[in-house]
Amino acid sequence: MGGEPRIGVYICHCGSNIAGTVDVEEVTEFARGLDAVVVARNYVFMCSDQGQEIIKSDIRDFGLNRVVVAACSPTVHELTFRRVLEEAGVNPYLFEMANIREHCSWVTEDRQMATEKAKALVSAAVKRVYYHQPLETRKVPLNPNTLVIGGGIAGIQAALEIANSGHKVYLVERSPSIGGHMIQLDKTFPTLDCSACILTPKMSDVGSHPYIELLTYSEVEQVSGYIGNFKVKISEKARYVDADKCNGCGVCQEKCPWKVDSEFEAGMGKRKVIYTPFPQAVPNIPVIDREHCVYFLKGTCRACEEFCEAKAIDFEQKDETIEVEVGSIILATGYDNFDPSVITQYGYGEFDNVITGLQFERLCNATGPTGGDIVLKDGSTPQSVAIVHCVGSRDKNYHEYCSRVCCMYALKYAHLIKEKTNADIYQYYIDMRCFGKGYEEFYERLSEEGVNFIRGKVGEVTDQALSEEEKGKLVVVAEDTLLGSIIRVPVDMVILCVAMEPQPDVEAIARLFNISRSADGFFLEKHPKLDPVATTTDGVFVAGCCQGPKDIPDTVAQASAAAARVLALISKGEVEIEATTAVIDERICSGCQLCPAICAYHAITFDKGKGVCQVNEALCKGCGACVSSCPSEAITGKHFTTEQIVAEIEGILI
Amino acid sequence: MPPLTPFKEAVDIIKEEGGEILKLCYQCGTCTAACPWNKVRSFIVRRIMHQGQLGLIDFEGEDIWLCATCNNCVKRCPRGVEIIDVMRALRRAVTELGIAKVPDSLRITVKNISAIGNPLGEPAENRANWAKDLDVKLHTQESEILYFPCCIPEYDPGVHEVARATINILKKAKVDFGILGSKAKCCGESVRKAGDENLFQQLAQNNIGTFEETKAKKVVVSSPHCYHTFKNEYPELGGKFTVVHFSQYLLDLIKQGRLNFAKQVNKKVTYHDPCYLGRHNDIYDEPREVLKSIPGLELVELPYYRENSLCCGGGGGRIWMETKREERFSDMRIEQALSVGANVLATACPYCLLNFADSVLTLDKSALIEVKDISELVQEAL
Repeated sequence: MGGEPRIGVYICHCGSNIAGTVDVEEVTEFARGLDAVVVARNYVFMCSDQGQEIIKSDIRDFGLNRVVVAACSPTVHELTFRRVLEEAGVNPYLFEMANIREHCSWVTEDRQMATEKAKALVSAAVKRVYYHQPLETRKVPLNPNTLVIGGGIAGIQAALEIANSGHKVYLVERSPSIGGHMIQLDKTFPTLDCSACILTPKMSDVGSHPYIELLTYSEVEQVSGYIGNFKVKISEKARYVDADKCNGCGVCQEKCPWKVDSEFEAGMGKRKVIYTPFPQAVPNIPVIDREHCVYFLKGTCRACEEFCEAKAIDFEQKDETIEVEVGSIILATGYDNFDPSVITQYGYGEFDNVITGLQFERLCNATGPTGGDIVLKDGSTPQSVAIVHCVGSRDKNYHEYCSRVCCMYALKYAHLIKEKTNADIYQYYIDMRCFGKGYEEFYERLSEEGVNFIRGKVGEVTDQALSEEEKGKLVVVAEDTLLGSIIRVPVDMVILCVAMEPQPDVEAIARLFNISRSADGFFLEKHPKLDPVATTTDGVFVAGCCQGPKDIPDTVAQASAAAARVLALISKGEVEIEATTAVIDERICSGCQLCPAICAYHAITFDKGKGVCQVNEALCKGCGACVSSCPSEAITGKHFTTEQIVAEIEGILI
Repeated sequence: MPPLTPFKEAVDIIKEEGGEILKLCYQCGTCTAACPWNKVRSFIVRRIMHQGQLGLIDFEGEDIWLCATCNNCVKRCPRGVEIIDVMRALRRAVTELGIAKVPDSLRITVKNISAIGNPLGEPAENRANWAKDLDVKLHTQESEILYFPCCIPEYDPGVHEVARATINILKKAKVDFGILGSKAKCCGESVRKAGDENLFQQLAQNNIGTFEETKAKKVVVSSPHCYHTFKNEYPELGGKFTVVHFSQYLLDLIKQGRLNFAKQVNKKVTYHDPCYLGRHNDIYDEPREVLKSIPGLELVELPYYRENSLCCGGGGGRIWMETKREERFSDMRIEQALSVGANVLATACPYCLLNFADSVLTLDKSALIEVKDISELVQEAL
């Protein structure tokens, strides 16, 4: 790579994406006149095989040792062109990309201005690449263990896919059992299979899998390291039950005299203070709810201990922190349900028989508090039920997005209510969105079953009767927009199809794993279409509703995709580390130790013997924070040297 | 009905008059269901939005004049459509472009305001007649506050008591205040909603000039309508003063210990949230705090309260238009107040007071319920 720089410049048309706004011929002609440019060309798609071949043959024919491609964003194709250089025998870092699409042609319709800006960007790239140095990437081995966070259907699916291929998985779940929201559901649309029937086999597979280490009642506390080599601290809450001794007989739960609202039953039922959330819990080991346990509050009781034949109750148990090392992480932390009590006109929390979808799932479930009987608060059977769509979804006041599953589960509710009670059903919808496989057919089936569809968003649920017929009922008021008339329907029960929303601690989780969130609050995928499972942090993947609302089939598909990405990494066995790290010139470093304090990746340490700071290249992310902080200018960011940056600025100021 | 064809020119007019936001509407009908008119007659707000999207508005019909700008639909609209702005744009199109007829009663009132600065058509020099016997001085640079009562309490004998009670309270609390006297003009809030933008601009400039001339820094108002336009609309036109609603000011006086209650007011009171205090400006707590601090007073809530309050029917210029007896929201409100066992319906807006007082009379309920401004109740306790 020695000798004078010989630069080739390639202007991409990107079809009409760039050439439609930028005069590519003029930019090419301009590039030809720049210092050290040997050849400049333009082509319709530089990223195509033919485009790449042009660069390769020019490297051969003209002896090029630097290349500039002016095209799209480097996040899209920088790696493509670096590979082209590598294949032609040129160090891939002797390349620079000028973004004349996202930063230029896409943001203006002014052809002349766009062309001038494209020239400036090309000039900057040419000046910069002149000073590029060949750099070597490094490869480090990848730890084949994987951490999956969240024990709902997404986490279960991903964990099983990976474990079934013979690789170790740590599955961390915050509640006492895995199963997530899916295990709370009754039937699943559109096939109406019982949710528990299809999920419990997978749950028990997880529980007994030789390659899965299940950590329930646990939360991730700290994450450090990088792709291939993460270190994760997990805190395991004390269950006050010795898992090795407990045989899951359930006597403790029978004998515990204290009851509180069950989280699992969504406020529709009670649980004991020592409990498993539901009978098929995995692991089938109860926990003592410390907050409500009378022994912890007042020092008396210990009924569970008295009756436990296995002597498994251990009030002395302490929370523990364990540390694991993994190469990849899958986040499957799920969603939360929107609290509809803020929409005061719907009367949730005010009227007994206004309930949420999840509460209906428990009401309808054979293992639920009523044994599956759909009943009103007073125990009677409803004669008429209103199902309200889009509660907190598609609404700027709450969540702008569509929650994607509500139309379908609303249809499912209608079917279940018809089947069990033969009540009259009124569906209040804005648009029916039945887009999945078999979904439209299910919609048609429900029309056949005789459900009333009212197109209009509900304005109010009230007990203010205007007629004899309405007295003692809940009156659901809306405009039937197809009739162009207000419609008032007196019903016995109102089910609110509430939005799926991000978990309340989603921000803390995002920060813990150093990933981004989209405007709706859910985790942001790397690319909305082409990379929906990766995140902005290498080695961290997302699956299920933590990335956005989705139904079970989509969740399972995404979880399998995330597992496939992890398995691909494991199969490769090593990861390439960017060469753009910081280096400290030990001759200049004064040992002031400002940089170790600033480094977010703990990549800088102080060598007491030499009295200078040193960078661990495996940990360094090349962010440049230390470079700009060093008072003696002893630190250089490789590929971002002062010389290169100044040249780039000079270039853009043509 | 013959087939319709979209009418692009009308779409452009609505856009020019400030109603472009209706393009966001996705026709869910929340506005219709939220609109108080549908408790008494059919008024399909959603259809007007769709007609507006396609330029098929019936400018001749009465629909565009119905909206009382109560803000219930705007607050609930899932797409953030400023429906009041759309209604205002339709009215502007009629008023300014003359493409249809403005309802007679509204036209006459607007003419009065235009000619002499108040909706009742009374001479300007009579504006402060209500205060003649109260020894009230004009506002000067030294005054702590400027009290701006609103045309209704100043000119309408039925509502004088709001301003008089306010004066008495201010005096008891030893507040150094002044009024504008004959220099004041209508704030223009309802004029603007009724579609006369030019007149609104004139009124606003006139009042801003008067405030500057008298060096008014802090303006205390009795009407939520004055409050709304002074706080949210005048600043863009150069208004540089702070505005406080009297309910807020009262609560401050009570908290600072400047008012001492000497008497019990043993009444069961329910409070009606005026649209322009509540939904338009999120002032829900202060009037309730004031009422709760009155010794002996029992406060009960109406069936529709706070953000779900039922409009009295007086906003958006409706106060000047005739509403059929069987279609008055204020009648419903009186019945609701009686249903919770209240013997006083309290509020904090002159328009609401006018409508409720009228309803009590026409429903013949004077023996059962009184309508009072919160300042009157405070005065009773002093």
